[in-house]
Amino acid sequence: MLTKRIIPCIDVDLDEDGNAAVYTGVHFEDLKYTGDPVEMAKRYNEAGADEFVFLDITASSDGRETMLDTVSKVADEVFIPLTVGGGIRTREDIKETLRAGADKVSINTAALSRPELVTEGATAFGSQCIVISVDAQRRFDEDGEYYAQVDGESCWFECTVKGGREGTDVDVVAWAKEAEERGAGELFVNSIDADGTKDGYDVPLTKAVCDSVSTPVIASSGCGGPEDAYEVFADAGADAALAASIFHFEEYTIREVKEYLADRDVPVRL
Amino acid sequence: MSTTPPPEEALAEVVVVDYGLGNLRSATRGLERAGAAVTITDDPDALGDADGVVLPGVGAFSEGMENAGPFREALREAAERGQPIFGICLGMQMLLTTSEEAERAGEGDVEGLDFIPGRNVRFSQGQKVPHMGWNELRVERDHPLVDGVDGEYAYFVHSYYAIPEDEGAVVATTGYGIDFPSIVANEAGNVFGTQFHPEKSGETGLRILRNFVELCADR
Repeated sequence: MLTKRIIPCIDVDLDEDGNAAVYTGVHFEDLKYTGDPVEMAKRYNEAGADEFVFLDITASSDGRETMLDTVSKVADEVFIPLTVGGGIRTREDIKETLRAGADKVSINTAALSRPELVTEGATAFGSQCIVISVDAQRRFDEDGEYYAQVDGESCWFECTVKGGREGTDVDVVAWAKEAEERGAGELFVNSIDADGTKDGYDVPLTKAVCDSVSTPVIASSGCGGPEDAYEVFADAGADAALAASIFHFEEYTIREVKEYLADRDVPVRL
Repeated sequence: MSTTPPPEEALAEVVVVDYGLGNLRSATRGLERAGAAVTITDDPDALGDADGVVLPGVGAFSEGMENAGPFREALREAAERGQPIFGICLGMQMLLTTSEEAERAGEGDVEGLDFIPGRNVRFSQGQKVPHMGWNELRVERDHPLVDGVDGEYAYFVHSYYAIPEDEGAVVATTGYGIDFPSIVANEAGNVFGTQFHPEKSGETGLRILRNFVELCADR
């Protein structure tokens, strides 16, 4: 049986010496140095991660070469699927990133501003390597297309950019459907509301997307422990659950999360 | 042609066929980790001296066959000589006779390599397509490639699967709506393929690559 996936994610920035380093958000904004990307990738590979996500969070393009070089080093150590996101804006960026050793690229803002990029990427490199990522935020007004019930209220989910600081008025569910039609192979659903809370994934959001598309959905943001992963699989129908800090700060091991899921009849690779 | 420096004590020399379908890095690193000295080549003449040949693959069947066209004769000779030939994902599908994928794309009958008679068809039992993620291998019969991997998990990404004419060609199966062949091999046993990506399947995948490299070394 196809298993549910547990995916650790690292946010990679340049440190003051210009080297790639992993940083993890603590209490919403403060970024804490967490480790060396290659070392962390090796550790998670050995710990039973089903995939690995590498997000380049450098704000400028200066670090592009260092990042691609780091992606290659990670790819040489990790014998599980590797997704790389951040700063991918053109077909050429996709090609470079895949050539550096990524199996999939995750595209966010650039796809929203130019949806043809999804079609171009899927046609040129195959749907299996095009992951569309959204940063969703709940909105309780009447501007949306698809509504869900959240705490007894009707709400829709807006695609945001710049880490949730800017709205786009694009409905996440409508965009997910379009991205799928354009050939996206997976959807990576982040929640601005849940991010950093450790109170659990945004289940209504994840469920709204899972119910609308047949493309695999990776739930992200808000994981505080194994019970949150269970909830997003059982109640929202996610195909994969992504987590960062609970693994980085060793609050739980990947194995502990998977054993918890297996005990509750969620199929996992142990 | 690019050659990575052979490890001090490489068990076997393996050639990875480069027919322009992109990322060969993972397969190469996986084979190296498994003890092979790897040469990536786009020259059909380079196949003859190798201990084993790998046909990687991502993409569409007709495109893959078109790109592999120049290798058709060299691969046939290698298969007849008994050289191990390992097809991965699309590379495995290409070992069969034909694929519904080309027909669906309106490209008529595209001839596969036909080392394992049969065809590739699309999942049509109501499953989510593509079949993407980790799924279980159930070994159906002995073959050196599957030593130690029964019941283990491997990473799949595909929409089509192989149906060999001879059931004996099925080495392992995997359940996804139906039980489909996830590892196939020809009658002589030297031509085989995995629908999943061993280079992306963690320890289980590396075990399969090691089994392959040992098979090449034993020749």
